[in-house]
Amino acid sequence: MQAVADDVFKALADPTRRALFERLSRDGEQTVHALTDRAGVSQPAVSKHLVVLKHAKLVRDRREGRETHYNAQPQALAPLIDWMSLYGAFWRERFDRLESLLKRMDR
Amino acid sequence: MNRPDTPRSLVIEREMPHPPEKIWRALTQSPLIEEWLMKNDFQPVVGHRFNFRATPVPNWNGVVDGEVLVVEPNSRLCYSWGSMGLKSVVAWTLTPTKGGTHVRMEQSGFGSEEDAYYKGASYGWQKFIGSLERVVGGLD
Repeated sequence: MQAVADDVFKALADPTRRALFERLSRDGEQTVHALTDRAGVSQPAVSKHLVVLKHAKLVRDRREGRETHYNAQPQALAPLIDWMSLYGAFWRERFDRLESLLKRMDR
Repeated sequence: MNRPDTPRSLVIEREMPHPPEKIWRALTQSPLIEEWLMKNDFQPVVGHRFNFRATPVPNWNGVVDGEVLVVEPNSRLCYSWGSMGLKSVVAWTLTPTKGGTHVRMEQSGFGSEEDAYYKGASYGWQKFIGSLERVVGGLD
């Protein structure tokens, strides 16, 4: 689970990769060519980024003829969502500690 | 509230039976911060960069990089909160009440430093950020 979470965080920490993922999420399946047209980077760079996203299971690819089509897999964001739940629990626990500190502090 | 261009956030609010001045000290003095939040080199000075360090837990390395953004003594404190490649802003607001202080903490703008901050959230991020609301719903 930790390894998967690391992959997801690393994959999405890069703005170009995040833009690719967002675009696939928003517009549906796309070819590498279509993605390259709007990515602002070269096709080999886009392909490299897609490999990282695929490794994190954030996208899935499908060969059709000469073209590879990519699909977003939003369910792969689960580790991020877990992480947020962790933050919720984190702050609640820190609030408890803050209150107990305040009780101990001199008025 | 559901406008897709509005980043949603994690909010925790509590009434505390202590004056704002005292809570302010707990929020801004390094040794006190360490007692309830994390080890730190925090200073309540706008522009000051600091680290918070906690014991790592699964899915979190426990390291936070921050910069102080707003210091309004006894009332408002904001700092950036960068961790594991995601950047957010933590904003504390203290409002005096009859019996003490209303303490509000909002962590918002989850995204990266480079962009995504106030940019439209697309589906993936909406889905992610939507989960924050569920987190908030589960809080006191």
